[in-house]
Amino acid sequence: MDLLEFARGPALQWAAYILVAGSIWRIVGILLLKEKSDFSEPRKRAGLGSALKVVYTRSFTAPPFAKATMYPKMMAYVQHVGLFAVVFLFVPHIMFFKGFLGFEWPGLPNSVIYVFGVAAVVASLALLIRRVTSPVLRLISNFDDYFSGFVAILPIATGLLIPVRLGIRYEDLLAIHILSVVLFMIWLPFGKLGHVFLVFITRGTTGIAFERRGAKT
Amino acid sequence: MKKTPTVGEILQAKGVSRRGFLKYCATTASILALPPSMIPRIAEAIENARRPSVIWLSFQECTGCTESLTRSASPTVEGLIFDAISLDYHHTLQAAAGDQAEAARHAAMEENDGSYLVLVDGSIPLANPGYSTIAGISNVDMLKETVAGAAAVVSIGSCAAFGGIPGADPNPTGAVSVMDIVTDKPVVNVPGCPPIPMVMTAVLTQFLTFGTLPDLDKHGRPMAFYGKTIHDRCYRRPFYEQGRFAETFDDEGAKAGWCLYKLGCKGPITYNACATTKWNSGTSFPIESGHPCLGCSEPNFWDKGGFYEPLSTGKFDSGERLAGAAAAGVALGVAAAAAGRRKQSKFAKEG
Repeated sequence: MDLLEFARGPALQWAAYILVAGSIWRIVGILLLKEKSDFSEPRKRAGLGSALKVVYTRSFTAPPFAKATMYPKMMAYVQHVGLFAVVFLFVPHIMFFKGFLGFEWPGLPNSVIYVFGVAAVVASLALLIRRVTSPVLRLISNFDDYFSGFVAILPIATGLLIPVRLGIRYEDLLAIHILSVVLFMIWLPFGKLGHVFLVFITRGTTGIAFERRGAKT
Repeated sequence: MKKTPTVGEILQAKGVSRRGFLKYCATTASILALPPSMIPRIAEAIENARRPSVIWLSFQECTGCTESLTRSASPTVEGLIFDAISLDYHHTLQAAAGDQAEAARHAAMEENDGSYLVLVDGSIPLANPGYSTIAGISNVDMLKETVAGAAAVVSIGSCAAFGGIPGADPNPTGAVSVMDIVTDKPVVNVPGCPPIPMVMTAVLTQFLTFGTLPDLDKHGRPMAFYGKTIHDRCYRRPFYEQGRFAETFDDEGAKAGWCLYKLGCKGPITYNACATTKWNSGTSFPIESGHPCLGCSEPNFWDKGGFYEPLSTGKFDSGERLAGAAAAGVALGVAAAAAGRRKQSKFAKEG
């Protein structure tokens, strides 16, 4: 079995097991926690609408902080939109998803994907530089912040190397790329990358709690 | 040793013009990435070379490699060059049979000890020597005996080079490649199912010209032919970059010649010269004929997933194990939540 066969086969397989088991563990473990008793009279009826509202409103910065957070917010958007496009709109990736979902969707030309990929890498580096140069951010950052950022951007960087080659054989680069995705899948449930599935749960929970207390959301 | 005619004399006798011969030399120099200054040297070497003795051994194979060689459009200079070697043993092509054939092999080995070439097509079964025999001799014994006095060995086709289809899972005959057995002689792999005739003749031409074997890649293949992927040199590559793909074999995309990636093309991971050298006197190659590359010149190509599955498809097993992982996740989550609740209650009491 060569490296590519290992990456496409057992490595991806086990990464999928860990991703599924780890993600469900985190979600179920959080959802089944006991809710804190609240003896106060609710100001408003809170429900799904309250949750969805905050999921949406927290996608934008509150006006008082808009100027201060403009740079990281912009970079984070570029990073996330870039990641989304590369992962879900690159045709070979769509074929990967089709392999187990059974359906596909339209993709983008490779040249457009390369632009998104490079933008995502540049934005990630910009955010990293900000993190290490800001005394406050540096103080509150831990291993998880740095490692999660590294694990998230590694598949994009290795994927961008495939057409460039740099003297490395295509199948070796492809194997390295897939292994970087394997690392991403394994780490995702356990570190801050877990926000992929937790972000909506936490925002929704916050929305319901704030609505109940009559806070402006 | 009897006086054998030179290759030049044979080509002349076959009616090959000087222009045609030099054109062949120039093409060969170009393919082998040699400077134009080497063309006269190639021509001189080929013209003056004595016919090298070649022993062709066919083991677990389908004769497709021999077919490829003999079906090359005739008459080509490459074909004549092949006529110009002394093919002393090839049990598909030779007239002799039985003891006579074996006697021819032994005679060639004795007369050309240390200088003959052994060409092998087919894999070698090790699970049981009786699975494949020639004149009552097992393949592995015949290979070991024949290569003992050889200058070099050329594995023709993917079966000889990597085990090929006989070596595919579950490999019932215990098929192995030539390289698995021959470790003390130079071995050149010319894989493909079958390989391109020009590639076979070019390897022999280099041996005739320089007395050396070509530079090889990590799989023992000549870099001149196996240095680039099919994808790198594919005329459909621009469509890949544009995101234009044939969805089925007869849709508008297929008719327009769009990329065959979605139909399972293995061109991106397949190193071969099909896209440039082509087949049938440069007429076309599989992708040009509308079929995705199967990756037949790569090791274990038969076991690398479905031929018609896109390359990026993961090799997952059934969903049962994934469902098991999900169930394990639920169990872990419930256990974690229970532990969390106990902690919550403890804090509430202390609180």
